[in-house]
Amino acid sequence: MRDVAIVAFSQTDHVRGSEEISEVEMLMPVLHDVLGRTGLRTGDIGFTCSGSSDYLAGRAFSFTMALDGVGAWPPIAESHVETDGAWALYEAWVELLTGEADTALVYAWGKSSPGSVRDVLTRQLDPYYLAPLWPDSVALAALQAQALVDAGETDEPALAAIAARSRTDAADNPHAQLRGARAQGDYVVRPLRTGDCPPVGDGAAAVVLAAGDRARELCDRPAWIRGMDHRIEPHSLGVRDLTDSPSTRLAAEGAGAFERPVDTAELHAPFTSQEVVLRKALRLGGSVRINASGGALAANPVMAAGLIRIGEAAAAVHRGASDRALAHATSGPCLQQNLVAVLEGEPHAR
Amino acid sequence: MPAEEPVAVVGVGQTKHVAARRDVSIAGLVREAARRALDDAGLGWVDVDAVVIGKAPDFFEGVMMPELYLADALGAVGKPMLRVHTAGSVGGSTALVAANLVAARVHRTVLTLAFEKQSESNAMWGLSLPVPFQQPLLAGAGGFFAPHVRAYMRRSGAPQTVGSLVAYKDRRNALKNPYAHLHEHGITLEKVQSSPMLWDPIRYSETCPSSDGACAMVLTDRAGAARSPHRPAWVHGGAMRSEPTLFAGKDFVSPQAGKDCAADVYRQAGITDPRREIDAVEMYVPFSWYEPMWLENLGFAAEGEGWKLTESGVTELDGDLPVNPSGGVLSTNPIGASGMIRFAEAALQVRGRAGAHQVEGARMALGHAYGGGSQFFSMWLVGAEPPAT
Repeated sequence: MRDVAIVAFSQTDHVRGSEEISEVEMLMPVLHDVLGRTGLRTGDIGFTCSGSSDYLAGRAFSFTMALDGVGAWPPIAESHVETDGAWALYEAWVELLTGEADTALVYAWGKSSPGSVRDVLTRQLDPYYLAPLWPDSVALAALQAQALVDAGETDEPALAAIAARSRTDAADNPHAQLRGARAQGDYVVRPLRTGDCPPVGDGAAAVVLAAGDRARELCDRPAWIRGMDHRIEPHSLGVRDLTDSPSTRLAAEGAGAFERPVDTAELHAPFTSQEVVLRKALRLGGSVRINASGGALAANPVMAAGLIRIGEAAAAVHRGASDRALAHATSGPCLQQNLVAVLEGEPHAR
Repeated sequence: MPAEEPVAVVGVGQTKHVAARRDVSIAGLVREAARRALDDAGLGWVDVDAVVIGKAPDFFEGVMMPELYLADALGAVGKPMLRVHTAGSVGGSTALVAANLVAARVHRTVLTLAFEKQSESNAMWGLSLPVPFQQPLLAGAGGFFAPHVRAYMRRSGAPQTVGSLVAYKDRRNALKNPYAHLHEHGITLEKVQSSPMLWDPIRYSETCPSSDGACAMVLTDRAGAARSPHRPAWVHGGAMRSEPTLFAGKDFVSPQAGKDCAADVYRQAGITDPRREIDAVEMYVPFSWYEPMWLENLGFAAEGEGWKLTESGVTELDGDLPVNPSGGVLSTNPIGASGMIRFAEAALQVRGRAGAHQVEGARMALGHAYGGGSQFFSMWLVGAEPPAT
């Protein structure tokens, strides 16, 4: 199998609202920045793939306009996934593995501010039995959190500690929407308080992948993708054990995460309670640095937040802060679908 | 594809496409196609390593990311499930993403499926949401494409009758395809030519229907192909290309992205003379005039000459370059699935399993899809023999 690495990562500053700019305008600086880091231009890129959702944009084919930001002329080899950009990265990784391309540009964006993201996400539920009831994303996460509390896996002070750690760490992340320590706040849906929930915000991210020697040319310390896998679980919450995440465990096995310990993990856990589930599924011990960026609790641009986890993990490898990092992305209610990537830096380059 | 592992199509399944499948849910619809593809491949759900699913905008059914709810119906629980969305070309792109998983040896056997259940919502309004500061789609796809058909007619000097010839041919071909949506038994050329004008020069009978339907394929590696109960189709080339929707230099009649995509596929397959080396074509023709336009764009005819192939009967089922033997998009259009149906029908042709619409002796067939404002292209070439390694 070919060696493929993440060689550059860029993201916007994530904000509560960005109504003054279009999606293309939000993406342009990120695309320019990530290409600038490698010296590549659009025409040099072998494959391009993006992730987004029409339901956030409120219009069909919303990604067709975003493509204008890439500057797809002359024509490019390009694809799109209607989900988090982490899955776009997976598609691009596979394309590079076939040998048909040596470099790939992956980007994702989400603007949650134009609507009520809690309402919007109800539309991704079973359209016949569940969606007509409009159970929102916070209520569903609260069900999961309560199941964890009932099972003795966590309690409210432990969840508050996760929130405090994440938001304190985010103080060092200039892109985060919520930075620095803040109050845990009132209940949103019991047992989840404001601090247990992600902020609603807008943002975008982009990554450049490259294979083999191309990666070494483009980056001093490439973040080599040692493995990547993703798995899905049943949709109905009634047939799942919400205190566990077998799909995360399977994906981690597939990605080779358990072969050697990781030193860093970026987990896509929009709710504090979900970090509890993921830590267990991924067997992350106390020595692993988790969500040094502040994670999705500090900035959660829907459809980009998972790609940002991979980007943050790669950036830690790039700057020598990590030798072996795990990145995780999720999709669907209560961690239905999960992706795990394992990234490594070459030791001699440190 | 010049990759690690050759890719074989060993199973194809479709639903009978109709205006409204009120007897099944979306899950029931996709499961029907998937089950047929697995039966064709002689495989069970347990043999599938991953599922790659595609459809056009989620607004068409009013469900955001429907693959989440469809995981159970497609036997994907505990497996990787990837969703692709590249507008009208999505059915083709989805198949290519699935093929890459096998080609890169990430998985051995992949189920790929595309669907649209247009009756659950209203596709016209799904495409017509008012968006500030952006050009609204002009009363459906026909309004967008009609001026480009006009431009083609002016440029090529094609006579007015060519569009109706295509529609008449495709609707007759559809009569031989049990899965096709429109079965117009009394179709005549005169009926096509006297149908109402919708978007001049596009008449009612020269447009595609709105269908409910799904299409699935089972893709596998060399070892999987050896176990296949029926002859496989082998992927010889596959590519996607995109260009911006609107810009000053865009050629809407023959987009560069389409030319580049075809050239890449021919390069991978070692095709130097597509007109002679390809035996059957399933191309994405939602409005009849796109047959002559794409014949030129795909390199089967010189610029301005595509309509002559159509007019002289070359593209008829018994012509020497049959185009859309299945009846094509003009007879069946579950939008998100339409591209995959093109890819799957091309595979059926080289497997010798196309039934009454089989092209005699087809050894190499092209599947073609496009989407957006002639913006996204995906194509594959499949052959009866494995690619030379």
